[in-house]
Amino acid sequence: MATKLPTVDALLVGFGWTGAILGQELTDAGLNVLALERGGWRDTATDFATSFIQDELRFYYRHELFQEPARETLSFRNSTIEVALPMRQLGSFLPASGVGGAGIHWNGQNWRFLPSDFLTRSHNTERYGAAAIPDTMTVQDWGVTYDDLEPYYDRWEHLCGISGKAGNIKGQIQPGGNPFEGPRSRDFPNPPMEMTYGPTLFAQAARDIGLKPFPAPSANMSRAYTNPLGVQLGPCTYCGFCEKFGCGNYSKASPQTTILPVLLRKKNFTLKTECEVIKINLDSDKKRAVSVTYIDTQGEEYEQPAELIILSAFVLHNVHLLLLSGIGTPYDPNTGRGTLGKNYAYQIVSSVDVFYDDKILNPFIGAGALGMVVDEFNGDNFDHTNLGFIGGGYIACWNTNGRPIETHLVPDGTPKWGATWKKAVVENYLKSMSLATHGSVMSHRGNYLDLDPTYRDFLGRPLMRMTFDFTENEHKMSDFLTGKTTEIARALKAREIRSNPRKGHYDITPYQTTHNTGGAIMGSNPQESVLNRYLQHWDVSNLFVMGSSAFPQNAGYNPTGTVAALALWSANAIKTQYLKTPGPLVQP
Amino acid sequence: MQRSEQGGNSRLSRRHLLTAGLAAGSSLALPSGSSRADTISQQMPWAPGEADNPTPVSGGGYQYLTHDEVAWLDAAVSRLIPKDELGPGAEELGVTLFIDRQLAGAYGRAERWYMGGPWGKGTDTQGYQSRMTPAQLYRVGIKAVDAYCRSEFGGKPFAELDAEQQDEVLGALEHGKAKLQQIDAKTFFKQLLLNTQEGYFADPLYGGNKDMAAWKMIGFPGARYDYRDFVSKHGQPYPLPPVSIYGRSEWIRKG
Repeated sequence: MATKLPTVDALLVGFGWTGAILGQELTDAGLNVLALERGGWRDTATDFATSFIQDELRFYYRHELFQEPARETLSFRNSTIEVALPMRQLGSFLPASGVGGAGIHWNGQNWRFLPSDFLTRSHNTERYGAAAIPDTMTVQDWGVTYDDLEPYYDRWEHLCGISGKAGNIKGQIQPGGNPFEGPRSRDFPNPPMEMTYGPTLFAQAARDIGLKPFPAPSANMSRAYTNPLGVQLGPCTYCGFCEKFGCGNYSKASPQTTILPVLLRKKNFTLKTECEVIKINLDSDKKRAVSVTYIDTQGEEYEQPAELIILSAFVLHNVHLLLLSGIGTPYDPNTGRGTLGKNYAYQIVSSVDVFYDDKILNPFIGAGALGMVVDEFNGDNFDHTNLGFIGGGYIACWNTNGRPIETHLVPDGTPKWGATWKKAVVENYLKSMSLATHGSVMSHRGNYLDLDPTYRDFLGRPLMRMTFDFTENEHKMSDFLTGKTTEIARALKAREIRSNPRKGHYDITPYQTTHNTGGAIMGSNPQESVLNRYLQHWDVSNLFVMGSSAFPQNAGYNPTGTVAALALWSANAIKTQYLKTPGPLVQP
Repeated sequence: MQRSEQGGNSRLSRRHLLTAGLAAGSSLALPSGSSRADTISQQMPWAPGEADNPTPVSGGGYQYLTHDEVAWLDAAVSRLIPKDELGPGAEELGVTLFIDRQLAGAYGRAERWYMGGPWGKGTDTQGYQSRMTPAQLYRVGIKAVDAYCRSEFGGKPFAELDAEQQDEVLGALEHGKAKLQQIDAKTFFKQLLLNTQEGYFADPLYGGNKDMAAWKMIGFPGARYDYRDFVSKHGQPYPLPPVSIYGRSEWIRKG
């Protein structure tokens, strides 16, 4: 029998970026807030100190900061005609466990989506005609616009001390920035990072062929910074251990380095770690969430009532918990009915490696979001007429790391082992770099999340089942991006290049990105979405669901900036509207 | 704080007490663990002196591998990364010891992996579907490769073949051309190659990459954490020698 605990005003399920944001906002509004985190406490000095964090084996290859499939994983198949099998090891994406979530081990590549990204269906239909979107493509408008989110993007960038160069301030194009970005109200709070050699060469080559490269917006600090909450971050030291690692230098924006030192000291905030929420409980007419049930590490079960429940876990866990709790109608790919689990999407990446004879690039001098980018081929920044696809992505020369287990580029045709491989590694390690494409994935009728009929997690709950593959739209788009990247690579006039296009089915094995999206999407009506434009559940008005699970499809940028802007936008709606008049903020 | 060196990751192992032995789907019971749910309120729960340093592999012989398995691995990793004029190979850098300690620890037991059934072969895109842990995979794989070698090369086990024959066998494993008993050749080869490269390039504290020789060979400066002075020095070779998490051998006080 679960022990019933006293009611709190607001309950956060999961304590990464969105949990920290909502905790800060809702405690500011005077609520008593409790956060439940399934993993443990983590802090810089204890868990990622500079005396040991530069450990490629421990943190990446042995996954110390990541979710353990032994506890929770999902099953996967490319299509409904296959039997889904469990993802036994992490690979393609790396969800976290513990306080700070994936906000600890992200690279810090921080973007705003394009204004047209929020209008995927209406914008593309208007520009290219209804035929541009085939029946099998289930893309939707978000129900929220870039202009709605701009003030929240701005707040977020200042909270995190993003280093970058504005490309568009209030409609005025700024030289040296991204000319394609939506208008921003002001510049980034910090100047761009200092560029290493590789991205500098890339930018020159891109300029040579008429493109407009700009420094990537980075959550690695280009200088010491004190954020609006008074929390201080130190300057990045370019150590090259960012993504998959915590920052030992307080130089990467994370919940720990931006919000938690303030939030955790508040009287009206409590965090419980190692508490796994197993169910959200509704009242008898299923219109109101009354409590969650959670289990602690001793196996004790508790019922925690709350007036307001916020799901702020990773995208996959938010959707899994809704499915396990029976909240909403699961999506059926055969009929297209139901919304929960619908429009799961991802990203599609490819690369072109560049090998020099004469240039020492020192790949190890890097940072997670250190790089130069071109955005000519992202979203709808270019004319898609007759290309046979919608969407796009950026092309970047990131200089994230030279960690040698992971990063040892070798030319095309090199064997994978033996003396020839070794020679190629030795000759090319210092003199090679990779140009990356980072492409959108549209939502498609057959790509979705539901509960697995067979496999169970450590608590005996059904695993979530992912059914996903890249479609023709994504392959055409990615091939187009790879082609453009090859043009830039050729302009570098290096000894040789190696193109790594994305071919074939989606494969859950190699690391790609942790940019999973969809499954509990937002939209303008309950027939097509789980959440309204404020991330409020259509059916259960005291339940809000944060995270990229709300994205109706995925854009060609890293999602964290948009996840955070949506969380701040939602928090504002809760504070200014919901708390005054609890109930649905949008009438269906 | 006492930590075992196995797996190089003791805090994790501590957390693993929570889930160890829980075959997914098999049980609703939670094991008892030393880690407790914690309530944090009105403070940052930072504790001085709690830095979670890894414990380095020290001597003391092999912990998991048998004598024959050591010989087998010495031979195999020598072909995957051979010793030549460019620098030492995997055997010289202690990769066999590295693999031994990995297999003896949490990793070898697949503690983080989902190991619940039912078991299916799956498609190439569904990833690892063997019911074997890495430790089991090596034990069975080494035996199976030796059996394959004996049948193909007149009764000789892998370690007794010449280098060219060993390369041929490894190539047959890599491409799935060798049919092994009980085990998928490609799965075993993939595991072996990954662990060999890990041991070769990982921090020396895990038993491989002895004296940071692999880092010196390619020019990786190791566990440094501040390159600010050198960011703008485009095209110049980085002048300082590598450093590992536990420094360099000449830093250790003698006697």
